[in-house]
Amino acid sequence: MAFEGLAERLQDTLTKIRGKGKVSEQDVKDMMREVRLALLEADVNFKVVKQFIASVKEKALGQEVMKSLTPGQMVIKVVNEELTALMGGEQSKIAVANKPPTVVMMVGLQGAGKTTTTAKLANHLRKKHNRTPMLVAADIYRPAAIKQLETLGKQLNMPVFSLGDQVSPVEIAKQAIAKAKEDHHDYVLIDTAGRLHIDEELMGELQEVKKIAKPDEILLVVDAMTGQDAVNVAESFNEQLDVTGVVLTKLDGDTRGGAAISVKAVTNTPIKFAGMGEKIDQLEPFYPDRMASRILGMGDMLTLIEKA
Amino acid sequence: EKTRDSFATKMNELVYRYRKVDEEFFEELEDILIGADVGVNTVMTLIDDLKDEVRIRNIKDTKDIQPVISEKLAELLQKEEEDAALNIQTDGMTVILVVGVNGVGKTTTIGKLANHLKQDGKSVMLAAGDTFRAGAIEQLEVWGERVGVDVIKQQEGSDPAAVMYDALQAAKSRGVDVLICDTAGRLQNKVNLMNELEKVKRVIEREVPSAPHEVLLVLDATTGQNAMSQAKTFGKSTDVSGIVLTKLDGTAKGGIVLAIRHELDIPVKFVGLGEKVDDLQPFNAEQFVYGLFKDILEEQEKEEIED
Ligand SMILES: Nc1nc2c(ncn2[C@@H]2O[C@H](COP(=O)(O)OP(=O)(O)OP(=O)(O)O)[C@@H](O)[C@H]2O)c(=O)[nH]1
Ligand SMILES: Nc1nc2c(ncn2[C@@H]2O[C@H](COP(=O)(O)OP(=O)(O)OP(=O)(O)O)[C@@H](O)[C@H]2O)c(=O)[nH]1
Ligand SMILES: [Mg+2]
Ligand SMILES: [Mg+2]
Repeated sequence: MAFEGLAERLQDTLTKIRGKGKVSEQDVKDMMREVRLALLEADVNFKVVKQFIASVKEKALGQEVMKSLTPGQMVIKVVNEELTALMGGEQSKIAVANKPPTVVMMVGLQGAGKTTTTAKLANHLRKKHNRTPMLVAADIYRPAAIKQLETLGKQLNMPVFSLGDQVSPVEIAKQAIAKAKEDHHDYVLIDTAGRLHIDEELMGELQEVKKIAKPDEILLVVDAMTGQDAVNVAESFNEQLDVTGVVLTKLDGDTRGGAAISVKAVTNTPIKFAGMGEKIDQLEPFYPDRMASRILGMGDMLTLIEKA
Repeated sequence: EKTRDSFATKMNELVYRYRKVDEEFFEELEDILIGADVGVNTVMTLIDDLKDEVRIRNIKDTKDIQPVISEKLAELLQKEEEDAALNIQTDGMTVILVVGVNGVGKTTTIGKLANHLKQDGKSVMLAAGDTFRAGAIEQLEVWGERVGVDVIKQQEGSDPAAVMYDALQAAKSRGVDVLICDTAGRLQNKVNLMNELEKVKRVIEREVPSAPHEVLLVLDATTGQNAMSQAKTFGKSTDVSGIVLTKLDGTAKGGIVLAIRHELDIPVKFVGLGEKVDDLQPFNAEQFVYGLFKDILEEQEKEEIED
């Protein structure tokens, strides 16, 4: 499967237009077809693509073509701006409670990267914000999940609160927060077990934890390789928990990462961080503009347009 | 259990919804398939093929197109029956190497597979080849206890090729039937990690000449088009013999395996349907294709009941 960027995809249409004085509605339609395919190949959900195309088409049609740009570049520019806008401004800030500790809950599907991200976030809070987080092992289901968090805690030299795997996550959260207050930790990061958004029992459990822990931040951890299903997952987690932000993991891979758009579109919460590797210092701020060009598969084209 | 017949009936219901085979019909079919992660290229090819058939056979009525759709989809998925079976040696040891990107379900699948083989009367041993991820060795050990099979391990941080060497010697001397080797998750674009994996495979090849008898690539059904790149790269590095498609108990459809089967001809051997020890099933093509259309069919049924 050749990964064609939008620029290459538009080549044919562009050649057709070249030499014409005006861009016809048909030309825009042809270009939009290519935009649609590029987005679908990047795993953006097809329903999200439909809405997006409709809004871009309107904008592209209404706009005057700048002298310095070809009509094709113009379309790419509009698409890119719209995508960046859709993904929101730069956001790597994490909530701070008026009265410490700030409680953060990590939630998401199995294997998305919650436990790893919990450790990364703790490291980030200490390094960048001088905080003293406490980690909470509230995954009592996955084999050796507690051990995993404890190992990461040891690497970080940070305390990990655990009551073993025979106590309910609700009770663990409750006691953990009390302990954090006692020990004057300013952040409590709760690692929860991976679960399916359609698992009523386990989603109910998260709601219970939320009631007790009163988190200032609920971060939905999403694997950047997720396909069309990202909208269902994000929509469902958001409906049941009101997530406050998203972390996109495994962006060090070669995925286009269209899930970012899907998740953003349905939760309307900021993507706060990007996971860029397996090590605890590989967490980065999320840059919407970079993500937009990554999804569209065009680096050079954009610098070209920026110069124009 | 959804049977062959019920699949055909369901497909009939789907196409009966449309009177005519027109643009609208094809558009919805396209949406369903793309929404199931089948992938743009494969879907476009499929739809074009269908349109050709419709023209050639002069099909006007939707009921006449249903068999054509089923035929085309099955063509993509089904090859020989025996493909789905594991290549288990009748005499001598069988070595199974399990590979894939991070968090897809390799270790869990190994636990389930060990159980499956044990119930089949085989003696099984596991090799803790993920020496990198925090808690990975302990996780495999828990599975070993659960299923009642031995786990060969070294310390966290040790060389995975050395662990494999140890495990192969232990398996040989104890005369076990099947050795299943866990490996650390790695993204396919990490060249050094892919080299490490090739080294692990070379150790296996050297110690047991006909091995590995299976190289299973674990794919997460939630993954989109990147799964194709995973299959290509892991396929090149380790000569993958089969796919295990996990997390099909969610709402994702895993349609990308259609494209993988089509382009790379790697069969799906098992599907993962949960986190418990018996949530592993042999792959069934018809059931899988039914799954692609399941939501829309259920929606239809609901509408019918409401009417
Ligand atoms: N390459 C890469 N790997 C990552 C990243 N984040 C997490 N991982 C890996 O993904 C795998 C799963 O990560 P975990 O942190 O265990 O995921 P989880 O969501 O806690 O999993 P469950 O608790 O089983 O639901 C591990 O192999 C991690 O090392 C990332 O940003 N990049
Ligand atoms: N719902 C569901 N969850 C699964 C399935 N298979 C595995 N999981 C879960 O997915 C998560 C990751 O599984 P692992 O077996 O640790 O995955 P892995 O590929 O070994 O991960 P790394 O070693 O970190 O690369 C765990 O929470 C498992 O319980 C499945 O078929 N369905
Ligand atoms: Mg975890
Ligand atoms: Mg593993």
